[in-house]
Amino acid sequence: MMRKNKNFIIGVLISLFIYLVIQVLISMGILSDFWISTIILISINIILGVSLNLINGFTGQFSIGHAGFMSIGAYLSAIMTLDFNLPFPLALLVGGIAATMAGFLIGVPSLRLKGDYLAIATLGFGEIIRIIWLNTEYVGGASGLSGIPALTNWTWVFIWMMITILVVNNFVNSTHGRACISIRENEIAAEAMGIHTTKYKVIAFMIGSFFAGIAGGLSAHMFYIINPNSFNFMKSFEILVIVVLGGLGSTSGSIIGAIVLTMIFTLLQDYPEIRMIIYSLLLILMMIFRPKGLMGTREFSFQLKKRGEQYGKHTSA
Amino acid sequence: MEYITQQLINGISVGSIYALIALGYTMVYGIIKLINFAHGDIFMVGAFVGLVSAKMFQVQGFDPIWVFIFSILLSMIVSAILGVIIERIAYKPLRNASRISILITAIGVSFLLENGGIFFIGPQAQGFPEIIPKKQYHLFGSIQLDSNQIMILGVTFLLMVLLQLIVHKTKIGKAMRAVSFDMEAAHLMGINVNTTISATFAIGSALAAAAGVIYGMTYNSFDPLMGIIPGLKAFVAAVLGGIGIIPGAFIGGLFLGIIETTVSSIGYSLWRDGVAFAILILILIFKPSGLFGKNVREKV
Amino acid sequence: MKRWMVFLAILAMVASIITGCGSKQTSGNSASEAKTIKIGIDLELSGGVAAFGSSALDGAKLAVKEINAKGGVLGKQLELAIADNASKAEESTRAIQKLISDDKVVAVIGAATSGNTLAASTVAMEKKIPLITPSGTATKVTVDERTGKVKDYIFRTCFIDPFQGTVMGNFAAKDLKAKTAAIYIDSSSDYSKGLAKSFEEQFTKNGGQIVTKESYQQKDTDFKAVLTRIKDKNPDVIYVPGYYEEVGKIIKQGREMGITVPFLGGDGWDAPQMFEIAGNEALNNTFFSNHYSSEDTSPEVQKFVENFKKEYNKVPDGFAVLGYDSVQLIAEAIKNAGSAEPTKIKDALAQIKNFKTVSGTISYNETHDPIKSAVIIEYKDGKQSFKTKVNP
Repeated sequence: MMRKNKNFIIGVLISLFIYLVIQVLISMGILSDFWISTIILISINIILGVSLNLINGFTGQFSIGHAGFMSIGAYLSAIMTLDFNLPFPLALLVGGIAATMAGFLIGVPSLRLKGDYLAIATLGFGEIIRIIWLNTEYVGGASGLSGIPALTNWTWVFIWMMITILVVNNFVNSTHGRACISIRENEIAAEAMGIHTTKYKVIAFMIGSFFAGIAGGLSAHMFYIINPNSFNFMKSFEILVIVVLGGLGSTSGSIIGAIVLTMIFTLLQDYPEIRMIIYSLLLILMMIFRPKGLMGTREFSFQLKKRGEQYGKHTSA
Repeated sequence: MEYITQQLINGISVGSIYALIALGYTMVYGIIKLINFAHGDIFMVGAFVGLVSAKMFQVQGFDPIWVFIFSILLSMIVSAILGVIIERIAYKPLRNASRISILITAIGVSFLLENGGIFFIGPQAQGFPEIIPKKQYHLFGSIQLDSNQIMILGVTFLLMVLLQLIVHKTKIGKAMRAVSFDMEAAHLMGINVNTTISATFAIGSALAAAAGVIYGMTYNSFDPLMGIIPGLKAFVAAVLGGIGIIPGAFIGGLFLGIIETTVSSIGYSLWRDGVAFAILILILIFKPSGLFGKNVREKV
Repeated sequence: MKRWMVFLAILAMVASIITGCGSKQTSGNSASEAKTIKIGIDLELSGGVAAFGSSALDGAKLAVKEINAKGGVLGKQLELAIADNASKAEESTRAIQKLISDDKVVAVIGAATSGNTLAASTVAMEKKIPLITPSGTATKVTVDERTGKVKDYIFRTCFIDPFQGTVMGNFAAKDLKAKTAAIYIDSSSDYSKGLAKSFEEQFTKNGGQIVTKESYQQKDTDFKAVLTRIKDKNPDVIYVPGYYEEVGKIIKQGREMGITVPFLGGDGWDAPQMFEIAGNEALNNTFFSNHYSSEDTSPEVQKFVENFKKEYNKVPDGFAVLGYDSVQLIAEAIKNAGSAEPTKIKDALAQIKNFKTVSGTISYNETHDPIKSAVIIEYKDGKQSFKTKVNP
């Protein structure tokens, strides 16, 4: 317990330090706009990856509809700031809560499904949400909403990134989180042990959706425009790739995955013709050589101790 | 009444193309439980090989029917080899990894084929030669049907029966079923697992290529991203019918085609894909493993 | 608990890497001192609509090559800084940020679609760098839809949606004497919706009647269900303002189903692939509005088509023409301004009057939309044939 507290304090100090370093660099004008937006994009991807990891990695539910929840947060928060003049933090929360409710509505019926059937159902829900935006004139149809104020800055993204990581991490280490992990490891055994599997699956789904919604809101207020096409199933795949590449069931893995993939994509911008070819080759190679992802189920810690082993052998998702 | 019949014919013709692509999808899934997301892109490669070879053979002045047979065979062979290579390089090293890791690799392969296509062929859509000229038939006055629609349905049905025979009546089929049931036990029984899986991929990819050529002929166009949407639709069709079940893919494809056409024909074309997905989800909720899927009880 | 501290360490690492990258950028090289004039390209070079962006890039590259061969602008060579936006709005924002902050461009060309241009336009306005979109046709690209104010740094090379729709609305009612029309829209494109809306207004103003409005999405391939529905309503003309890939299939399938009435459309139809996809026979009795006709005998057009064929060994489509003209517009503006300062380029752009480009003679109006003539082209026996020219 003592060590835990000490680590917590060190963690807070280091994160504050990073925050301050980047903030100082930004305010001194050393970082160009492009790199600021890259850092913010990385952070948004971290939020998306960590939250999807809670569903796919820790609870073992194969969801590929994350972009749908992201779009709910993005649209709702943009409407709030544009048409209702709500302050930004409140608008973000509205978006997040709406995404949570959608997560509940979708989760309750569909989480009865297993494996690939759940995957296609979540993909379907994601596409249905996208088609609803596409057909709603109020939010601009195909061209989407534009002129969204640029309210997202490094401070807001940093705060939400920390909240996401803390909440997911504490949840996973709580009784509820352990229940979720037991569902991943063996659903039938978990049920036999008296764990209300549907309840925990839905809870994990709702938490994941909440942060996806927040990430959507942050991204809408960062890039000025949202349209239905930004949230198609390709976007869901992108988030899934972050999670699996980092390592299913490892929060630090998702963070590394988000950083690595966003940086690769960004650095390749100068080579448009072969950008996606290199990107996909790297993806295949990384998976061949690290099939469990860069981190496996391990977490990065200051002692570099292999923590993941305590969950037992990781089986298929 | 005529309107409804005409729309039903339209639906079946769209559906039989979905079914044709779904056959390969569902077969690969049935044997090695891999959602091969690259299937739609092998379909694209097959269409491209068909396009090039059809142009080549047409210049040589062959009879249309031979042009068709030669180019579809060539594209099936090339794609089968490509499928085996992809399996050997990208999927085999991951055979013991979690299924979601292989899925990500499959997504990577899919991106690679799409963007490789853009790089080498160019992103613009181009025309696909009309290999066999279409003939129009009129039934009961104004109901229309063309030779291509009949051909697709026929080919799809034939391939489904053939595939079913291969899987259930031949030696390699038996090996496939054994591998699908328990890979390790099959290996212990002296079945060459690698060869069997390669054969699965070869057949699956050849089916995708055949679908690609027929698709190109039907819609007269080719582009490197043409595989994405049909691939997704075929996946949905396969799941609808119960993924892994060959007749299920056939029925699932037809069903999906008819749903889509029905939604469009009553004037809600904007919501077509949304309704198709909603029906898919509804069916899954009431029948969690598709229309024809067996509900396997999990052993404790 | 401690595990989450380590990703902070990783964050620190990344931060340091990024800082390294950020600080190594060339400093102090203000545009006027540089030996070349840098123009940014923010186009769709990969992803879903890579076909549009790469065509526009081909045109832009050709223009730069020609201008440089003639000695450049103000004695300086033009240089393109290219950034790919992967056909995504958020990447379009980032691409233009990179062009402005890292490459120090004086003007930007892009993006090919209205949505991605809108994303880039906010950055261009903020950083006061002129942006010309070759083919972003939506009205709100240059005019803020909420405040109604003109975005003073944003221009376009194409005409806006309403003009083309109006032209075809008149053509259908007056020249083709149509009483009823069906509209078939690409619902995933704002361009298509915009054209359809103004067509409908003009056609009904001329006493016509819209019998049905249907829609499809990009990358759809089978249109028989909706075409059967349209056939059932028996319209005099069918307006399909979309892009050639789908339109080609629509026309082909429509003709196969025995729909003989004229199909009408907009500049998205203009591509040599139309003949391959739809077939020469099916294309008879179809008309579309366009910026220019490759059959146009004017020397500008003929020279461009010839040079383009020499360079790329293919016939230019509409996007290539507009990409080419966008570079010409910027070069002209720099010449007129006598300086490559972004704000001066902007002022000079707004002043452009009667500037001859391949896609017509351009004068900008107060909303930064080029006032130029449109042509109506008929597809006839495997060729585009020039039908009429409509002045605004």
